[in-house]
Amino acid sequence: MKRREFLKLSAMLGAGAATPALMTGCASPRLPGSGQVEASPIVCNVCFWRCAGTVYKEDGQPWKVEGNPEDLHSLGRFCTRGSGGLGMYRDPDRLRQPMLRVTENGQQTFKPVSWEEALDFIASRMSNIAETHGEDRLCLLSHGVGGTHFRRLLGAFGSTGFAQPSFAQCRGPRDVGFALTFGEGVGSPDRTDMENSRCIVLIGSHLGENLHNSQVQTWIKAVENRATVITVDPRFSVAAGKSRYWLPIRPGTDMALLLAWIHVLIHEGLYDQDYIARYATGLEQLAEHVLPFSPEWAFLETGISADVIRETAREMARHAPATLVHPGRHVTWYGDDTQRSRAIAILNALLGSWGREGGYFIPERVSLPSYPVPEAPEPRTDWMAEVQKDYPLAPAGITNVVIENSIGDDAFFKGWFVYGTNLPYSVPSSADQIQAAAQSLDLMVVVDTMPCAITGYADVVLPECTYLERLDPIRNSPERQPALAVSFPAFEPRYDSKPAWWIAKQIAERLDLGAYFPWEDYAEEVDWQLQQVGSSLEEMRQLGVKSFPRTTAKFFEPGEAVEFRTPSGRIELYSEMLASFGHDPLPKYAPPRRPPERYFHLSYGRAPAHTFGRTINNPTLFELMPENAVWVNPLVARDFALSSGDYVRLRNQDGVVSNRVRVRVTERIRPDSVFIVHGFGQKDPRLRLASQRGADDNHLMTRVLIDPIMGGTGMRGNFVTLVPEEQLA
Amino acid sequence: MKVYAMVIDTNLCIGCGDCVVACKTENKLPAGLNRDWVVEATRGRYPDLTTEFRSERCNHCTHATCVHACPTGATYTWQNSNIVLVEPSKCTGCKACIAACPYDARLIMTPDGYIDKCTFCHHRVEKGQDPACVSACPTHCMHFGLLSDAQSTVSRLLATRPHKALLEETGNEPQVYYLT
Repeated sequence: MKRREFLKLSAMLGAGAATPALMTGCASPRLPGSGQVEASPIVCNVCFWRCAGTVYKEDGQPWKVEGNPEDLHSLGRFCTRGSGGLGMYRDPDRLRQPMLRVTENGQQTFKPVSWEEALDFIASRMSNIAETHGEDRLCLLSHGVGGTHFRRLLGAFGSTGFAQPSFAQCRGPRDVGFALTFGEGVGSPDRTDMENSRCIVLIGSHLGENLHNSQVQTWIKAVENRATVITVDPRFSVAAGKSRYWLPIRPGTDMALLLAWIHVLIHEGLYDQDYIARYATGLEQLAEHVLPFSPEWAFLETGISADVIRETAREMARHAPATLVHPGRHVTWYGDDTQRSRAIAILNALLGSWGREGGYFIPERVSLPSYPVPEAPEPRTDWMAEVQKDYPLAPAGITNVVIENSIGDDAFFKGWFVYGTNLPYSVPSSADQIQAAAQSLDLMVVVDTMPCAITGYADVVLPECTYLERLDPIRNSPERQPALAVSFPAFEPRYDSKPAWWIAKQIAERLDLGAYFPWEDYAEEVDWQLQQVGSSLEEMRQLGVKSFPRTTAKFFEPGEAVEFRTPSGRIELYSEMLASFGHDPLPKYAPPRRPPERYFHLSYGRAPAHTFGRTINNPTLFELMPENAVWVNPLVARDFALSSGDYVRLRNQDGVVSNRVRVRVTERIRPDSVFIVHGFGQKDPRLRLASQRGADDNHLMTRVLIDPIMGGTGMRGNFVTLVPEEQLA
Repeated sequence: MKVYAMVIDTNLCIGCGDCVVACKTENKLPAGLNRDWVVEATRGRYPDLTTEFRSERCNHCTHATCVHACPTGATYTWQNSNIVLVEPSKCTGCKACIAACPYDARLIMTPDGYIDKCTFCHHRVEKGQDPACVSACPTHCMHFGLLSDAQSTVSRLLATRPHKALLEETGNEPQVYYLT
């Protein structure tokens, strides 16, 4: 039965389960919610959108998680992953106790140790590094709120090295590109006013599969309001399926399309002339620059017809300024990503959508004082000037550059704290470098809830408790309305896991830095901060989320004089800053490489059931999507004699071969591309559900296209071919 | 008779599976079992395509063949409504209802062996709440209410929007509708 096979993809039905003999007399289970129900406010940490909600227990047992209706991140509804968050708590494969790398009988192994022993070891290694190399040689590599505590610890110690893969492997180019243009980045949550947009343009952004909660909700609101959605994607994404226009662009040619759109807006006089005259600089140079980039020219590059390019540009202009050309989120694609983000920013400027309803709003957060602790010592060196000197325009740590600067005797960094980020699956093709860094570093501490590839390189592995078992720093995000949210522990920590604040404080005390954590329980600090703005821990335990009045306008007033935080104080269509650093002041197009015969562009993305590898072993979410599949067009499937469900391996242009992965034959992908969901293909056998399931895209990215402006790792220059299982044997 | 219906807007559904997870956690279903599921139906040839996502479950038919097929009366309708439930203490696990259901919407509960299914979350409905799947849906594409009340949201949606139901030709009168 065809449908039955289909269902297995999304949800496992019961029919395949063990069938007991005829029976009778089962007791009726109690109806859910008829017992003793307790509720506790939470801020979700399954992804980094940080939705506020409520955890329910029934008769002391974990029951369910729901969104908080007062919360702007969730709008009262959790996404698939958030609804499955209890799986993170329940996962039997969690890290259970501290582990120390020891050599026994000539072989390295991890030995379970007490917290005391693990923390003593860390403090003593840190002291050694300070004596031998200086106290500025540690770096925090982090993804997640708990990193805050380790940042304070390392800052107090004298090390300000800090990098998050969410910059150079994800959002960095767009924030730099927008900052160069408007003087500010997009931030997170993205400052997009989609609920009021009349036209939304998605450049490879797969909202709906990427399930950042309020992003999806506000976008779908626009769909419901019949806004024009224009989706540019080589794949018929979920978003493309909701769009009036799907532009199945040739991979890597987005810049050509953007330049042609700018060409049409300027040369047909469709741009917001008053807005540009009032706020922007560089129109003349831009107009001249895009003169050759006609829709006819772009057709030859992108495969999108000139008529469609004109029609969509006019559609954008018709709805401006309530037209949002979406900035995207993961945008480290081809190495020209800051420039492509600049082109997107310029397009928004021409449409007058920055600072306008239906475009980009001006976010505001609560003015929340920091807890008083001693000022951190002035670091001995400016690590960024030292380590990231090739990227002076990068405002944040570049994880791949930090890794490079941790290899060898003369490397700058001598110790890492890795918090909540599985680096070998986040930084493309980095496993060998991380291995080399692990050889050079005097200390690598990994703090995580789950075993994963990075824990294998560590000297010490520390089991953190999940977000459901700890008090996290107050969420104070830039949003439509300023608001605070607090995440309270709903459960006692399982096994011998501990919250990040406790771990950081314990290490600090061993280094005579206890003054930076001057409380017994982190709750004291959170309560103090809340008291400063007229709230308290007790109030937040009732509310979960508390809104505060805005003190600034959400949009520019008509004709308002605005000072942009750029060198000129204006929106910079032409960037003197880029020119002065030797980069192109206006975005240029370079044709991408085409795949060799029988090779395909390797495209990757998200699925709504998972936050990349972070959730892959979560029992609830695993059931929904236990492995990924490689999407191939039916023409390709015929060529390779493949059917849906067959196993293949992917081999890239440099001969790197993936884990085996099932084929999904679908019309929803261009014949020159394949697609897999990122995060699968985990190899750690301690992940008993996820191990060896599906393919990992990250290891196939051996051709990394570095962004010369901000150092990001462009990941979309890789090609793969399909190798049927029997050919490998 | 009270007729409860679910109306799902396929133009807004993104196939995220939140309904599946919300149902599973609300109803504390064991590993491997789900009462609802998501179907993706793509039509056309590249690049002229449409994709429809459908969140599917028991249709709580007003002429439910499963109720008639059940030899022990374990399958019954709740409080003079169309909500079809199973009473485990009367269920012998004979599976006649599985054969009778056109929607393949019934499952065998592990480890007990009785037949389980979507209840439209009647334990929530009686408190005036929507079923868990409807409450969780991040796109607000799912609606629930009384079709026997002409003023309800579901009645108004069906009166004003093109829609379909699955396998209507069976005569079962399914009560899960899809706006198209």
